[in-house]
Amino acid sequence: MSKSSSHAKLILKLHPYERKVLPLLAKTSDFQELISQSGLKDIEVMRALQWLSNKEILNVETQKTKMIHLGKNALHYQKHGMPEKQLAKALKDSFQSTATITKLTKLSSEEINASIGQLKRNKAVDMQKGEKGLELKATKDTKKFLTTKSLEERFLCKQFPFNYEKLSKEDEQALKCLNKRKDFIIIKDEKSVKINIKKLGKQLSKLKINQNVTSRLTPAMLKDGSWRKKEFRAYDIEINVPTIHPGKKHFVNQAVDYIKNIWLEMGFEEMQGNYVHSAFWDLDALFVPQDHPAREMQDTFYLPGKAKLPKKIYPKIKAVHEDGGNTGSAGWGYKYSKEEAEKIMLRTHTTVLSAQTISNLKESDLPAKFFAVNKVFRNEALDWKHLFEFYQVEGIVVDPNANLSHLKGYLTQFYKKMGYSKVRMRPAHFPYTEPSVEVDVFHPIKKEWVELGGAGIFRPEVVKPLLGIDCPVLAWGQGMGRIISAYWQITDIRDLYRNDLKQLREMKLWLE
Amino acid sequence: MPTITASKKELFKLIGKKLPEATLKDRISMLGTDLEEIDGDDIKVEIFPNRPDLLSTQGLGRALASFIGTKPGLREYKVKPSKKKVIVDKNVTMRPYTACAIVKGLTLSDQNIIDLMQLQEKLATTHGRNRKKSAYGIYPLESINFPVHYVAKDPKKIKFKPLGFEEEICAALIPEVHPKGKSFASLTSNWKQFPFFIDAKDNIMCMLPFTNSEETGKVTVDTKDVFIECTGIDLCNVNIALNILTTTLADMGGTIESLEIEYKANKKTFTTPNLNPKEMLLDLNRINKLLGLKLNQNDAIKWLKRMGFGTKKIVDKAKKDNLTVLIPSYRNDILHQVDFAEDIAIAFGYENFKEQIPEVATIAKQDPLQIFSEKIRQILIGLGELEVKNFHLIKETELTELMSTKQKVIKLSNSLGDHNILRDAILPSLLKTLSINSHNEYPQDIFEIGRVFKKSFDKSIDTGIKETLNLAVALCSEQVDFTAIRQVVDSVSLHLNTKISVKEISHPSYIEGRVGQIMLNKKTIGIIGEIHPQVLENWQIKAPVVNLELDLEELYKEARK
Repeated sequence: MSKSSSHAKLILKLHPYERKVLPLLAKTSDFQELISQSGLKDIEVMRALQWLSNKEILNVETQKTKMIHLGKNALHYQKHGMPEKQLAKALKDSFQSTATITKLTKLSSEEINASIGQLKRNKAVDMQKGEKGLELKATKDTKKFLTTKSLEERFLCKQFPFNYEKLSKEDEQALKCLNKRKDFIIIKDEKSVKINIKKLGKQLSKLKINQNVTSRLTPAMLKDGSWRKKEFRAYDIEINVPTIHPGKKHFVNQAVDYIKNIWLEMGFEEMQGNYVHSAFWDLDALFVPQDHPAREMQDTFYLPGKAKLPKKIYPKIKAVHEDGGNTGSAGWGYKYSKEEAEKIMLRTHTTVLSAQTISNLKESDLPAKFFAVNKVFRNEALDWKHLFEFYQVEGIVVDPNANLSHLKGYLTQFYKKMGYSKVRMRPAHFPYTEPSVEVDVFHPIKKEWVELGGAGIFRPEVVKPLLGIDCPVLAWGQGMGRIISAYWQITDIRDLYRNDLKQLREMKLWLE
Repeated sequence: MPTITASKKELFKLIGKKLPEATLKDRISMLGTDLEEIDGDDIKVEIFPNRPDLLSTQGLGRALASFIGTKPGLREYKVKPSKKKVIVDKNVTMRPYTACAIVKGLTLSDQNIIDLMQLQEKLATTHGRNRKKSAYGIYPLESINFPVHYVAKDPKKIKFKPLGFEEEICAALIPEVHPKGKSFASLTSNWKQFPFFIDAKDNIMCMLPFTNSEETGKVTVDTKDVFIECTGIDLCNVNIALNILTTTLADMGGTIESLEIEYKANKKTFTTPNLNPKEMLLDLNRINKLLGLKLNQNDAIKWLKRMGFGTKKIVDKAKKDNLTVLIPSYRNDILHQVDFAEDIAIAFGYENFKEQIPEVATIAKQDPLQIFSEKIRQILIGLGELEVKNFHLIKETELTELMSTKQKVIKLSNSLGDHNILRDAILPSLLKTLSINSHNEYPQDIFEIGRVFKKSFDKSIDTGIKETLNLAVALCSEQVDFTAIRQVVDSVSLHLNTKISVKEISHPSYIEGRVGQIMLNKKTIGIIGEIHPQVLENWQIKAPVVNLELDLEELYKEARK
């Protein structure tokens, strides 16, 4: 690219502010000058300089400088002359009383006294004691005093504010004297802008720059075709722009959607149901013994009141607990308590949905597959690794031909899609499954097995009273908090529901 | 679930060989116990509640020896009658059952004493349900004079020296002063009399369910012979506990002797312990089907023996495929055929099951209300709103005081934390979100789709609590006004082709004249308005808020019409 075309390209990108400032740089590099000559505000000039500096056209340095300003009195005397000069002017060759002089000069008595001192030092006054006090007259040196400018007067002729660093020795002395006077000198620290024009800047400042570039293309231009005659300013499209935030789905829901989709792809039907259940549905229907430790107050949220129990199923569940009913089981061998069954609670697992789903199935509906990704509740105090409500992934396969290898098959498929290629089954115990399985996945980064939840085949004591026939039901209830947290590298599990809007706005999407 | 510490040295002695650490870890995990860690000689293992027989080094060693094949099959324990007697009085109705045994010829090591104490404690916690269902005591035999009486007495009339005490105290004081008395006093709150074991010379042996006596109930390394009693409210539970304790002591080197338990109430006498295996028929077809395996009878016998069962082949030709399984007397978890399936699967190895997806055609279906809420979510996200997700359990003040309302709340009976109210609206959750975000960038336009809970007298609701899926939106910034939120509800309505209207009402959480009900076909489905400055001040929210909340299920029903 030739030099001139690269210059032209650069000029095309200039903002209107830059366009005003750049030509002025041929004449001055003084910040104040630039402001007054460009007609821009100081902040606009500053912005232009910043942008020009980004384009390597110049260097801007902002420095702190000690500046001398004139005070109220100094400004007054600058206009009306110093008081000692005013006094000298009023002197005549004959004695006059100070009162007459005061009247004449309108100086205060303080000013008169200070000025008499000055004149005396310069032998420009004669004094005597008269009837009405002190009397003054001019001397032969008075004229000379009036015509020579003093050090201080010369100093006051400077342009203010004046840079302290640029004071000469003489100036310093003058300043010292002036500073003794009231409201004469103010010294302030001020930011000053130092501009160094680079070679490129010198070249560009001499070129003709169009001040009438167009920033915005308007509908009017399109309507009347005037855009044809316009020069459109080029933007610096490589710089950063302010962030905007879109509306967005909560990140936990993004993960939940993905998990739901995996099961839908495998032909599962979604289960929904209440959070509030009777102990009958949540536990008894799943053959959890009524004195099982998990039912105790510290694990389960109970609500006051008594639930209504389903008339048809209740006697079957009672029988299966007491002596196995018609399931071929020995049962738990205790007296079943209706009172215990009527307790109302927040569901402790989504498995309650599976129990209710099975109770609504007919033999002709089989085989059938169901899933749920939903909340369960545990009576825990909130801390960095415990939540009192959290997600569980539930699934059942009601299939007369289902077996343990199928269970491993479904779960392996699921976890593969969740990014875990290795799945392991270990023996476990749950009152409602036999065999019972603990499911571990191999964490590819941590290189260790991570426990994610329980699974198994529902016991006949669960299936037969609900479905009416004996049929293997593969079942699982997996925790998802760990996987979801791991995806976003969350270590404090409370961060899943912190609802910090900054976090929600900036969090990356679930990209699986 | 209980965790025990077993001794590695002792365990190797019991299984008859040493295992490399990796193998030991793997085998313990695959046996059906959850290994936590091995630290020097200590093996920490979590025992599942269906296997209380594994709550000691001896029990674990017994199972592991069968599992790895060094000592497979049923363990037989000989029981010799001692001709001694325990007499159960009519009046021990509060804890009516007991089973007792004698074990002789012990040489207990320090490790044995530790194991025994651990077993007694963990067994009482889990199998005994914190001593509610059953409790156990072990005594040096030498200090006891037979026959022993199990009898209920007024504790005010009894004095003895409880375990760990130096002086005799009145038994009525035990629930108040003895550490175990304090722990278990709640089990006995309505008892006027308490069960005691008292020997033939009127020595108090123990007070149930609290403590043995210091004089007769302290087992040490010098103890050679012991008397064991188990008491409780469930005979089967008590017997299993006794069998677990006596077989463990037998595995420590003792010989078992039985006692006669005479119940005065029904004049019946039982001999305990009964260590004869229970018998159950094995249905191998069912097991093969459930596990997806093709085991023959010999395979089944092999794997059953690896889990400590005995087997007996059936001669009956009609049932030639079947086997009788002998179940050890210390196990009570075999309720059904399927329980054998699990044990066979464990012996076969969970790791040896291949994953398989069957070719079963089923049709996927998503919940229609979930599909609908997803559409609503898309509209709101399109309007630039950010989805938030709050807990369903909130604090009581958040629903009442902070909202400037006084209403009845649905309160949990027993929450551990202060989140103990089921919310009846999402709005308080959204205000909480705005409240904690006042330092973040505005505008803050948020929404949540979630459940709310209301008391209901609808007879079809079994719990009396109606749950509905709600949508709530809150817009918060300097510029918001009623129009802004009305535009949101109109936009939703437009895209569903429903006719939503607003009817003015009064509500303490909103500014008067700026709040209304959201109406759909003459039905109230929600509320819309500008939040009252008092409520904003309560929540310390620094900008105006407009909000709407509506019942998504009602909206869905109308939209589908």
